[in-house]
Amino acid sequence: MTTVLGIPVAVILGQLMLGLVNGSFYALLSLGLAVIFGLMRVVNFAHGAFYTLGAFAALLGLQWLGINYWVSLLLAPLAVGLVGIVVERLLLRHVYGLDPLYGLLLTFGLALICQGSLHQVFGATGQSYPVPPALAGAVNLGFMFLPLYRAWVIFVSLLVCFSTWFVIERTRLGATLRAATENAPLVQAFGVNVPLLVAATYGSGVALAALAGVLASPIVLVNSHMGSSLVIVVFAVVVIGGMGSILGSIVSGLLLGVVEGFTKVIYPEASNVVIFVVMALVLILRPTGLFGKD
Amino acid sequence: MKLRMLTLAILAALAAAASGPTLAADEVVIGDIDDMSGVYADVMGAAGVEVVKWAVADFGGTVLGRKISVLSADHQNKPDIGAAKFREWADQNGLNFLLGGSNTGVNIAMAKVAAVKHVPIFNIGPGGASLTNEDCTAYSVHYTYDTVALANGTATAIVNAGGKTWFYLTADYAFGTQLQAAASKVVEGHGGKNLGAVRVPLGAADFSSFLLQAQASGAQVLGLSNAGTDFSNSLKAANEFGITKTMKPAALLAFITDIHSLGLPTAQGLYLTTAWYWDLNPETRTFGKRFYAKFNREPTMDQAGAYSATLTYLRAVKAVGTTDPDKVMAELKRAKINDLFTTGGYIRADGAMIHDMYVMQVKTPQESKYPWDYYKVVKKMSGEEAFGPITGLCPLAPAPK
Repeated sequence: MTTVLGIPVAVILGQLMLGLVNGSFYALLSLGLAVIFGLMRVVNFAHGAFYTLGAFAALLGLQWLGINYWVSLLLAPLAVGLVGIVVERLLLRHVYGLDPLYGLLLTFGLALICQGSLHQVFGATGQSYPVPPALAGAVNLGFMFLPLYRAWVIFVSLLVCFSTWFVIERTRLGATLRAATENAPLVQAFGVNVPLLVAATYGSGVALAALAGVLASPIVLVNSHMGSSLVIVVFAVVVIGGMGSILGSIVSGLLLGVVEGFTKVIYPEASNVVIFVVMALVLILRPTGLFGKD
Repeated sequence: MKLRMLTLAILAALAAAASGPTLAADEVVIGDIDDMSGVYADVMGAAGVEVVKWAVADFGGTVLGRKISVLSADHQNKPDIGAAKFREWADQNGLNFLLGGSNTGVNIAMAKVAAVKHVPIFNIGPGGASLTNEDCTAYSVHYTYDTVALANGTATAIVNAGGKTWFYLTADYAFGTQLQAAASKVVEGHGGKNLGAVRVPLGAADFSSFLLQAQASGAQVLGLSNAGTDFSNSLKAANEFGITKTMKPAALLAFITDIHSLGLPTAQGLYLTTAWYWDLNPETRTFGKRFYAKFNREPTMDQAGAYSATLTYLRAVKAVGTTDPDKVMAELKRAKINDLFTTGGYIRADGAMIHDMYVMQVKTPQESKYPWDYYKVVKKMSGEEAFGPITGLCPLAPAPK
C-alpha cells in the first residue's frame, strides 16, 4: 500500500472526504454567523439554538404532520427564519448601537431558554430521523465506503454557500445590503426600507443555521443539546476566516473540517481542541483572520 | 387590637424561624444529586427523583415516627457542584442519606464527602468500579451496576460467540477508560486479543473518522466504551458507513432509552448487559406500567435502582430503630435485599451490591411484539459471576486468600 508520512493513502483520502463532510456543516453555520455579523455587527450566540430548532422542525414535521425530508429542507429553514425575524423585530433591534456585548448576552440568553425548553419537553436522549430513502445507499470510492447522504450534504452545503456569497458580493441586492451597513441613513434616504432589510438579513442567517440542522438530523440524534457544543467551534471558524468575511467563513469552514479530520487520525485526543489551537495561531500571526480586510 | 395582632404575627414568624434548623431533626432527609439537565438527564434525572418519592410514599411516608422528606439537585456533571451540594445538605439540612446519580467523576467527589460527613451514599448511576476499589468508603454502596459487571456480561458473551479480536472506541474520561480496561481484561482472559483503541473526546460531533480507524484495525468486534448520546451517535454512524457489516458492535453500556431512540432497525442484534429490565416478571412489569403512565416511557435500570435503594435504606433504618449511620451501614451489609429490582441481593464489605445481572440481545423489528419489547435474555449471571471477587484495592475489604 502506498503511504505518505507512514499513513496509507487510502486513509488520507478517506479522512479528506470526511473532513469535507464535517467542514460543510462548519461552512454553512459559520456563513450564517458571518452574514449576521458582517451586515449587522451582532454576535449571534443563538446560532446553535436555531440549528437545533431546524432539526426539531424537521423531526416534528415528520412525526406530527407527515412532512417528508425534501419538503422540510425548504419549510424548516423558512419557519425558523420567520422566528428569527420576530426575534430581531421584538428584541434584537433594541440593542443596535449599544456595545456588541449586549447583543451577545441577549442571544446567549435566548439560546439557553430555547435549549432549556426543548429539554423540558423532549428530554435529553434524542430521537432518530430516518435517512430519506432516495439517499439511503452508499458508494464505494475505492478508498472508502461513502454513504450517499454524506455526499449530498457536501453538495447542498457548497451550493448554498456559494449562492449566498454570490448574492451578497455580486448582485444589486447584496450591494444595497452592504451599503446599508456602511451608512444606513443615506441608504434610507434613497428610499430603501433599511429596517426591513436588516430583519430579512437576520432571518436569512438564521435560516442557514436551520438548514444545517435539517441536513444534520439524519446523521446525529436530534436532541436539545446538539447545537450547544457546535456553536463554540463555529465561532472559532468565523474568527479564523475573519469576522464578517463571507468567503472567509466558507473556505475556513471546509479547511478546518479537513484539519480536524487529520487530527482524528494522528492524535485523536486533540481533535476537539485543534480548531482552537489554529485560532490562537491565526490570531497571533494575522489578527484580522485569514480573509479579514482591516 | 391591631397592634396586638401584629405582635402575635411577629412572634409566630419568629417561632417558625427559630424552629427551622431543628425541624430537620424530626425528619429523615433523603437527597438525590444527579444530572438533571444534561446528556444523562433521562437515565435517572427528574424521573429518578419521582421514583424516590414513590418509594417514600410506598414505605408509608414516615419512618421511626418521623416524616421522610426528599431533596434533589442538579450536579451539571461537575464534581465540585455535586460535592458542595452534598456538604451543604449534610451541614444545614440534616441529610441522612444520599442517592448519587449519573457520572463517575461526580460520584468519586461525593464519596469523599460521605467519608467525612458520615452520611451513607448509594451510587445509583455511575459505572466506574473504582467506587468500590480505590475510591471506596465505609459509607458507600455501589448499587445498580459497575464497569466490571458490564464487561463480564457483554464481553464474555461476545468472545464466547466467536468475537475474538477487539478494537475500542473509548470516551476519553474516567468512565470510558475504566470500562475499556475491564473489557480488555475479560477479552484476554477468554483467549481473545485487543488490537487497539481510539480515545474520543466526550460529546464529539462526528464519529465517522474514528470508526474508519476501528475498521482499518481488522478487528472482529467494535467495543463501544462510551455512553448516552456518544454511544447512540457512534452506533448510528457505524451503520451508515457499513462498518457493522464487517465488525460486530458491542454495547458496553446501553440503557433502554438509548435503544428506544436508536430504534430496532439500527440497534437489532446488539449485545448489552443490564441489571434490570421492565419486562422480566410480573413485579417489574407492574413498576414499568406505573412509570409509563407518568412518563410515557419505560424506566431504566437506574430508575428501578433508585426506587429499590430508597426502600433498602428505609428498611434498614426501621430495623435498627435509628438513623445512626454506622448502625444503619452495619444493618445494610447484613440484610438481604428482595424487591422488584433484585432477589437475594446483598451489600459486600467493599460496598458493592451483589445481584444478578442480565446479558441481553436487542430484538429484531420482527421479534418485537409490543411497544418497548426490546430485549431477549441471553444469560442471567449470578451476582458473584458478574461483579467478580473482592480485589483488595479497597482497604475495608481485604482480598480473599
